[in-house]
Amino acid sequence: MTTAADIAGSVRSGQCSAVDVATAHLDRIDQLDRSLHCFLSVDRSGALGEAELVDRAVAAGRDPGPLAGVPVALKDNLCTRGTPTTCASRILDGWVPPYDATVVELLRRAGAVVVGKTNMDEFAMGSSTEHSAFGPTCNPHDPSRVPGGSSGGSAAAVASGMAALALGSDTGGSIRQPAALCGVVGLKPTYGMVSRYGLVAFASSLDQIGPFATSVADAALMLEVIAGHDPRDSTSIPSSPAAVLARLSDGVQGVRVGVVDELVEGASAEVVSAVSSAAEALAKAGASVESTRIPACRLGLSAYYLLAPAEASSNLARYDGVRYGLRVDGPDVEAMNVATRTAGFGDEVKRRIMLGTFALSSGYYDAYYGQAQKARTVVLDAFAAAYERFDLLLGATAPTTAFPLGDRTADPMSMYLSDVFTIPSNLAGHPAVSVPWTTGGDGLPVAVQLLGPALAEPLVLRAASVVEASAPGVPPPCGDFLPSDGTRSALPRQAVGSGSDGLPREGPA
Amino acid sequence: MSDVTTGSEWEVVVGLEVHVELRTATKLFCSCPNSFGDVPNTNVCPVCLGLPGSLPVLNSRAVEMAATVGLALNARVQPSRFHRKNYFYPDMPKDYQISQYDLPICAAGWLDLPDGHRVGVERAHLEEDTGKSTHLGGGGRLHGSDGSLVDYNRAGVPLVEVVSAPDIRSAEQARSYVAELRSILVATGVSDGRMEEGSLRVDANVSVRRRGGTLGTRCEIKNLNSLRSLGRAIEHDAARQVAVVESGRQVSQETRHWNEEGGHTVPLRSKEEAFDYRYFPEPDLVPVEPPGELLDRLASEMPPLPAERRRRLIDLASEGRQPSRAAEDQVATVVDLGLDDLVLGAASRGASTRLALARAANEAATDPSAARGLSVESFAKLVSMEDSGRLSATQAKAVLARMLGEGGSPEQIAASLGYEALDPSQLSAAVETVLATNGAEWQRFVDGDEKVAGFFVGQVMRVTGGKADGRAVRQVLAQRRLDSLAP
Ligand SMILES: [Zn+2]
Repeated sequence: MTTAADIAGSVRSGQCSAVDVATAHLDRIDQLDRSLHCFLSVDRSGALGEAELVDRAVAAGRDPGPLAGVPVALKDNLCTRGTPTTCASRILDGWVPPYDATVVELLRRAGAVVVGKTNMDEFAMGSSTEHSAFGPTCNPHDPSRVPGGSSGGSAAAVASGMAALALGSDTGGSIRQPAALCGVVGLKPTYGMVSRYGLVAFASSLDQIGPFATSVADAALMLEVIAGHDPRDSTSIPSSPAAVLARLSDGVQGVRVGVVDELVEGASAEVVSAVSSAAEALAKAGASVESTRIPACRLGLSAYYLLAPAEASSNLARYDGVRYGLRVDGPDVEAMNVATRTAGFGDEVKRRIMLGTFALSSGYYDAYYGQAQKARTVVLDAFAAAYERFDLLLGATAPTTAFPLGDRTADPMSMYLSDVFTIPSNLAGHPAVSVPWTTGGDGLPVAVQLLGPALAEPLVLRAASVVEASAPGVPPPCGDFLPSDGTRSALPRQAVGSGSDGLPREGPA
Repeated sequence: MSDVTTGSEWEVVVGLEVHVELRTATKLFCSCPNSFGDVPNTNVCPVCLGLPGSLPVLNSRAVEMAATVGLALNARVQPSRFHRKNYFYPDMPKDYQISQYDLPICAAGWLDLPDGHRVGVERAHLEEDTGKSTHLGGGGRLHGSDGSLVDYNRAGVPLVEVVSAPDIRSAEQARSYVAELRSILVATGVSDGRMEEGSLRVDANVSVRRRGGTLGTRCEIKNLNSLRSLGRAIEHDAARQVAVVESGRQVSQETRHWNEEGGHTVPLRSKEEAFDYRYFPEPDLVPVEPPGELLDRLASEMPPLPAERRRRLIDLASEGRQPSRAAEDQVATVVDLGLDDLVLGAASRGASTRLALARAANEAATDPSAARGLSVESFAKLVSMEDSGRLSATQAKAVLARMLGEGGSPEQIAASLGYEALDPSQLSAAVETVLATNGAEWQRFVDGDEKVAGFFVGQVMRVTGGKADGRAVRQVLAQRRLDSLAP
């Protein structure tokens, strides 16, 4: 596929127009999204207007920025001024934010063109995008399968070439797990590296915004645009982030990598084998690779499923029908609150609100919320100890490849287990990236996960680059729903080769 | 107002929670103006409306003011953090309030009442205010109303909640505590102290016990909008609780609402109906640690507090003698209104402290904000003119009223009003005129009825158009009586 860096380069140099690029992607959305349902809203005229501004800047000799003309999709929990932001929930019916999230401002300032808002599990609660009030998204590699979640729409949009880049949010794996299941790169940055201002909160102490891309370099490019201190987010890291792109190809010579047993245990055979192969590739590139154990990782899942719902129960209290979104009338305020919330929230959201309310209740707080906070500290300490011996950690992203739609919706526990390898990084606030490795026997993508300590994005992405270069790779999806002629006409000739599916494709690395 | 428990075997035990709106320029977590009385829902933004995706950013000025409150109340100003207090309330945009819970910014202080009684201050913490509802129909209460309008201008306004220990033993002490706290808050500039505008809101925790016995069950009384309400509500509820216990029943722990018109409290919710606030640490904010240098600076900038200012003025006014109750009251008024600098300034320019105090506490106090704007020189001059007899007391008051209303120097105003002190011969002539037409009264005065002097002063004032000085008239009268009694 054509990379975002290629698009930006061509647009900045005037070799191709941002309007043409946007048109091609919007047309592709028109063609594909009836079958995949990645988008909850597409703002065609808004996108073309932004693209035109980019072209005008180029014509006037101004640089529109590092993402000039790059079509970007945004998870629908990122506030966009003047266009609906639903969190895939009925409760936000009709709400239009009066402001842009900080990341949206930064993307626009860098010349990106927002094509639409993507589907997700309602309020980011889920691992399959099936808990959307507006219907599920399909995995582009097999439309009978889930794309993962909760940022499934963003992952599938990038995997199917409807957007060159996308943003998602990751609270317990919601970027990395769908990236793995859709065969794209997904990065969860260090907590505080990217401003949360304008991200509709699920669990504030865990939420972090990050990129989806078709390559590690593109993920790095997008990270550099969205990272940085934001005075509107008190948990934003004060220092400016280290440059990532400049040293992306410096390799991993001498880097100490620990392969974590607990981040592989219970995974399917092909996932386990992908992790071993990635470990070998890193060793071959000069890293010292060793297997290690971090037993505290096992505490992650249960701690997470107390802490995240506890914060969510508070964050979602404001959807009470008083000020915005859905209102179902009742004889008094309390009845109106109850009727609104009963009608507006889906089952998974209600389940977590109740779980979280219970965990914080007087008499239960210490046993549940308090205990979970202690477990979080234990996980953090265990990682700190591990990072005394290793620079990076390696494991699986998801235990399995994409599962069939409807397979796990009836059994919340089996769904929750999808996040078992990703949750520890959220609890620790550390960066982690999912990198596609290959396709499994079922033709579905398999990925590995690289983890690092706080602020280690430069090293994590360098290693991800090495893994990417050594990976057999995941070919672009080739389902029946894909058109024979994609975005080729609008894309720079010299940057594309022809893939087996007839779609533009970057030449092999 | 006498205390229901005075002289009885019962003792009332009161702890007060005082919510103070801080006079910051902007709200606690956003940059909306913190101002009272604007058009509803104009001072709002995504943050104070709690819109999805918005995040709070702590106002550092509010932290400084809260720390100042702590320092003024002899409290420990400590590292603190914020919690969320969760409950559904239409006035509260996020349906939780950002407050402080286990680690308040100020802890373990005290406040000395003017009578010397010390009341512990358990804590003072920062939190955000709610919006304000107006209920249509249904008697202005939420229940039974036809609809409600919410104004979020107040949502997010910074509050400091000052929580006293249960050290207060009477309604009188409770009023005195709030009055003294209010003076301190005004003196330090953190609050305008306007109870009627809700800048200062008081909840009272009231219980009764037999003297020396164990503490009784407490009731929390809300809606106390004035010192008068506070005192009445405590009196009333203490009496109610005594009656309950004496009838063999038990006081139930509950929240009660003070009904000002009816002069009684009514139950609002019982302990069982109390909210479970599900406090947990606010993940959108980081802990607050006021640095030592900041505390040093705030301490060095601390203005003299009311107790010290009263002491200074009393010392000056009483000149080493035991101060009179009237002088103490005047000093309290002057300090409370921030007019003590005016009095001290006048005194340091040689004016009579006693007279300056009286003019400040009585006349200037009618328009305190204008009085605070008076130049010390002008005020000192006015007092001196009265003291020397150049102006009569009546004239001095009239000149002061003009100074407060329109400004100007006392000499010019006196001249423009035609106030020239009468020369002694004019004054004697006026007295003679009055005596000639009031022979019977004169005889009573000669016989020793001192009260008649006031009558003569009034008459002389009338015939001189207010130009006479009362003291000078009295001197002439006294001399005239001596002369008439002389053999
Ligand atoms: Zn605001």
